[in-house]
Amino acid sequence: MSGRPRAPSGTEAAPPAGRVEWMVSLPSLVWLTVLFVVPTLIVFAIAFKPVSSYGGIGAGWTLETMRSLANPNYPAIIWRTLWLSAVTMALCIVLAVPAGYCIARAAPRWRRLLLLLVIVPFWTSFLIRIFAWKVLLHPEGPLKRVLVALHLVDPATTLLYNAGSVLLVMVYTFLPFAILPIYAAAEKFDFRLVEAARDLGASSLRAFWSVFLPGIRRGVMTAILVVFIPALGSYVIPDVVGGPNAEMIGNKIAQRTFVDRNLPHASALSTFLTLAVLAPMIAALGLQGRKGRQPIIEEAG
Amino acid sequence: MGEFLEFDNVSRHYGDIRAVDGVSLAVRKGEFFSLLGPSGCGKTTLLRMLAGFETPDAGRVFLDGKDITAQPANERKVNTIFQSYALFPHLSVWDNIAFGPRIAKRPRKEIAEDVEKMLKLIQLSDQAWKKPDQLSGGQKQRVAIARALINKPQVLLLDEPLAALDLKLRQRMLIELDLIHDQVGITFLYVTHDQGEAMSLSDRIAVMDHGKIEQIGTPAEIYEAPRSSFVAAFIGDTNFFEGEVDEIIEGEYSRLEIEGFPPVVCFNDKQLVDGVPVFISIRPEKFRIWREKPDLDWKHTVVKGTVEDVIYLGHSTKYWVRVQDYRIAVHRQHHRFLLDEKPIRWHDDVWLSWHADDGFMLERYREADEQLMETPPEKVGEAQGRT
Ligand SMILES: Nc1ncnc2c1ncn2[C@@H]1O[C@H](COP(=O)(O)OP(=O)(O)O)[C@@H](O)[C@H]1O
Ligand SMILES: [Mg+2]
Repeated sequence: MSGRPRAPSGTEAAPPAGRVEWMVSLPSLVWLTVLFVVPTLIVFAIAFKPVSSYGGIGAGWTLETMRSLANPNYPAIIWRTLWLSAVTMALCIVLAVPAGYCIARAAPRWRRLLLLLVIVPFWTSFLIRIFAWKVLLHPEGPLKRVLVALHLVDPATTLLYNAGSVLLVMVYTFLPFAILPIYAAAEKFDFRLVEAARDLGASSLRAFWSVFLPGIRRGVMTAILVVFIPALGSYVIPDVVGGPNAEMIGNKIAQRTFVDRNLPHASALSTFLTLAVLAPMIAALGLQGRKGRQPIIEEAG
Repeated sequence: MGEFLEFDNVSRHYGDIRAVDGVSLAVRKGEFFSLLGPSGCGKTTLLRMLAGFETPDAGRVFLDGKDITAQPANERKVNTIFQSYALFPHLSVWDNIAFGPRIAKRPRKEIAEDVEKMLKLIQLSDQAWKKPDQLSGGQKQRVAIARALINKPQVLLLDEPLAALDLKLRQRMLIELDLIHDQVGITFLYVTHDQGEAMSLSDRIAVMDHGKIEQIGTPAEIYEAPRSSFVAAFIGDTNFFEGEVDEIIEGEYSRLEIEGFPPVVCFNDKQLVDGVPVFISIRPEKFRIWREKPDLDWKHTVVKGTVEDVIYLGHSTKYWVRVQDYRIAVHRQHHRFLLDEKPIRWHDDVWLSWHADDGFMLERYREADEQLMETPPEKVGEAQGRT
């Protein structure tokens, strides 16, 4: 430490952070335990129960269901679920970052309008919007006709019932959820930093990459989580616009529950999905937490 | 283009606001040059046009013989120290300083050496791995300086760099800035609304008001020979008197008529002729204060007044003296022997005198000048929108 005189600083003794934090978070902790942790554990447990003859849950414990997960159909479906979710997330981020940037930089009057446009789809039921896509993409639908008329696609191609259509509709559905946190971060971003980077010789692109992006990284993290996790569990979208060739795990779980009435099997799949969701989330939170916790200033002056 | 850095008739208007209005300015290489003026007078706008963040509506900017008016900001060899410092919060002190050289793709080893050198210059070698939000204001300030200087800019731009610091720190940074300027020999263009900063640091100062340059000169020239009442009032305290040129005597001097005063002799460098309405500006420290009427030569003016207020300032005492319609501020330095003398108090009758060379005659023609007359000297800065 240097011997320079210290500047006056407002470092006061903080209240005992630990206890206060505990008391503040207790209600949400109870809430989470009762409504999330316990049900999840119940689902986990059911995965180790036998099926009863009436489609319910039998007595005793068994590893039979876990063994039956080695279904030769599953690897392909799991793989599709993973890559569809990952690509959806990537596309959403790639589209949401420039969108968030533009909205944050727009004049206040425009900003409100642009935000409204992002939120407007929520005013219509999710299901109606998915079925609207089905109509749009339908072989006799308007989009297909326009594309064929423009000689952009062969009349024989199908726009519906494949992984592509699922991806398209997933990106459409999740994009607003990615834009909002990224916009929130960009709106708080100090754009003078971009100017400072330009001043130091950075091109616009470089300034965007090495100053703006790190500046909004928390927003991007949030966007990744709120897109990737629901995407993994989506089942309405692949059900409506995907069909049997574009099934995801969500469809299988629904099928096991409602068609086969095999709750343990559905639970086993759900357990798998939950773990797949939790792992990246815990990793991300751990990473964020480590970066977010700064050592307390030990010297000012 | 002769000079190192030149603004040639540069203007920038925002709608009806003439932020910068036909400014011409030449800065020499290696100079510490200040732009001084009340806030809103266009200093930042002028600076931003040099940095490349604003484009002039008219006029050209030249640097080192090249017209850089249309050059993008990242290609200009100037660097800015922002008032908010604008340090990158996600980077350490070290990485902040290395930002410029990395973009310039200089060799790693060279960058490391230069960063270390800079850290030593700003005395922060032991804090290199801290993030900006772990630093104090003064430290951030120094990192901002290092981050700019490491690129060896042709001109370093400083936009009110000390405004966010407290008084003690400001005084220390003032000294450090001066030292750094001496060490690196780079041209500094310094923006401030604080006349004290500008006076103590600058080789030359340009005083700005309403987007225009009022006067360019050394600190002494600007203080001792203000060319307009605005400059006289903005730089330091002054007293204004309103009068008329009565007759010219011995070429250099003229006699003025000021209502209620005996004839006032004043240095007339501007060769103003009979009957011209003028101000005369006299700094508070130029007066002498007497108990008895002094007997002085014809170049001195002597007036009688009454003390209305006495303010002890430590290094001097300030007296408010009523003379006719004027309330005159007078500063008087202390001497040891004054302690033995009977002190001057409220309501004492005193005599004030000043030398003809200590008054400054300014032509009276602007409306703003009339307003200045209405404002007591210590309020002039505020009246001009100074913050
Ligand atoms: N981007 C802008 N849009 C509109 N008016 C501006 C803008 N920037 C500056 N101005 C106006 O121009 C004038 C000069 O501003 P500025 O150069 O920041 O002054 P200073 O730095 O001397 O305080 C002010 O009246 C300010 O309101
Ligand atoms: Mg400014």
